[in-house]
Amino acid sequence: MALDFRARTVLTGYMQIYLPIAEVSVNAFLLLGLGGMVGILSGMFGVGGGFLMTPLLFFIGIPPAVAVATEANQIVASSFSGVLAHFRRKTVDLRMGVVLLIGGLVGAALGVIVFNYLKALGQVDLLVKLCYVVFLGVIGGLMFIESLNAIRKTAKGGAVPTRKKHNWIHKLPFKMRFRVSGLYISVIPPLLVGLCVGVLAAIMGVGGGFIMVPAMIYLLGMPTKVVVGTSLFQIIFVTAFTTMLHATTNFTVDVVLAVLLLVGGVIGAQIGTRIGVKMKAEQLRILLAIMVLAVCGKLAFDLLVMPSELYSVGAVEGH
Amino acid sequence: MRWLIAFLFLASPAFAESVVLGLSQNEIAITTSFDGSEILVFGAVKREAPIPDGPPLEVIVTVAGPDEPVNVRRKAKRFGIWVNTDAVEVDRAPSFYAVATSGNLRDVLSDVEDLRYKVSVPRAIRSVGAPMEITDAASFTEALIRIRKENDLYQLMENHVAVDDQTLFRGRIELPAALTEGAYETRIFLTREGRVISQYETAIEVRKVGLERWLFSLSREQPFLYGLMSLAIAIAAGWGASAAFSLLRN
Repeated sequence: MALDFRARTVLTGYMQIYLPIAEVSVNAFLLLGLGGMVGILSGMFGVGGGFLMTPLLFFIGIPPAVAVATEANQIVASSFSGVLAHFRRKTVDLRMGVVLLIGGLVGAALGVIVFNYLKALGQVDLLVKLCYVVFLGVIGGLMFIESLNAIRKTAKGGAVPTRKKHNWIHKLPFKMRFRVSGLYISVIPPLLVGLCVGVLAAIMGVGGGFIMVPAMIYLLGMPTKVVVGTSLFQIIFVTAFTTMLHATTNFTVDVVLAVLLLVGGVIGAQIGTRIGVKMKAEQLRILLAIMVLAVCGKLAFDLLVMPSELYSVGAVEGH
Repeated sequence: MRWLIAFLFLASPAFAESVVLGLSQNEIAITTSFDGSEILVFGAVKREAPIPDGPPLEVIVTVAGPDEPVNVRRKAKRFGIWVNTDAVEVDRAPSFYAVATSGNLRDVLSDVEDLRYKVSVPRAIRSVGAPMEITDAASFTEALIRIRKENDLYQLMENHVAVDDQTLFRGRIELPAALTEGAYETRIFLTREGRVISQYETAIEVRKVGLERWLFSLSREQPFLYGLMSLAIAIAAGWGASAAFSLLRN
């Protein structure tokens, strides 16, 4: 037994790293790899990747509170390098981004209040997971069907159908011109989209890109090309705000963990952005839809199937 | 691993047999590359009289991390999904607890003495106040022990202390990587026929050092600054990698 322990120490000693805030020791290469993988997705789809990374961090033994807070910090970095690439290609609608951001900051603050209220009720885990299942299921399903239809029509030789551009949204007041997106619409829908994303981002511990990207395409009618850059722009500021909230109230941001994830993540995002350019919008959307549905399925499965360990150990509130 | 040899001599005249103890280290430093540690506990039995007749001397070593209250929750099926329904607050549970003995625990220590000195893992945990509606509070403490045993946080190592000629003893306690800071209370018991005849206590300091210490302190004492620093590092790395990539392309 003692020998075994020694051997393990020698084999893993060089790669293990002790995280000062999380207070666990993990393999540095594992973190770099996870960051890189999620970074590629972030660059390809314009999603922060938090909805994948946060559950993955739980699986490798990072305390959930630390995972959620640190993930916000890591998303800032991976989105930052992504948005720079989009700025160079002029695929960021700054005006739309700012409108979404105003909604997002208000939403994030509201979300933290809701989160703390649910925590007091003692069922925050369940509600977070249900949120994931419902949102990922609906959005993933809708995107999957829509993209499949678009691909099928393209394959038959017909033109890709242009999405319906005139709906109830165009009857609302406070219209504003968004030149980059080629839109002239009311500011109310983007503000509400930003607000909802902010609330969900704070509750679910994610950037919210996986909700915002479809909302921008289907609800606001923005062109797919500018959607990715603009959502990244909004995500940076909302997650930076969330990071500060967590760092000052819960002390759960682990900067060592964040740095390891972001070194992998930043490189991954650069690769992902280049892959994204080479792929068709429909292909990108169907891939994202499959990924969203897979995460949704896993979470739903965990809620429905009897867990192998019925008990869990947690810290007592207020200690 | 650094070997800090610290011999602590203590002879208590109240007992006919008492412990003279050595620890391989009385301080554990958590550095960035910390991946668990092990402590060698070795010592001798000091006695004024010859070795008594009868069953041989047995030795028990315990190491306990800082106490903390924990919430143990249980899931049950409600409306088709598994949700946390019942919860029991365990008033006091050590964050780490290891027991190493020279024989089977039940042979070297009687139930009465275990209750008195709180040696075995279940005895080291104190749970009162379970809510009225929970009739099986014991299964919650059992679950706590089971979960922590799986993570090597609670260990019972029987026949893990070697005793030579009823005088010299040595044992080894392995500490996992996931340690919390604090004083780790280390106790040595000498027993005969299940009764404790001598007890010795010392503490091992577990604390973060260097970068670990600095970051941890900053995050607690200057959280706003720490948050800004984390963001600055993140953005700098993001921008840096992006710039490096475009340089590579051109």
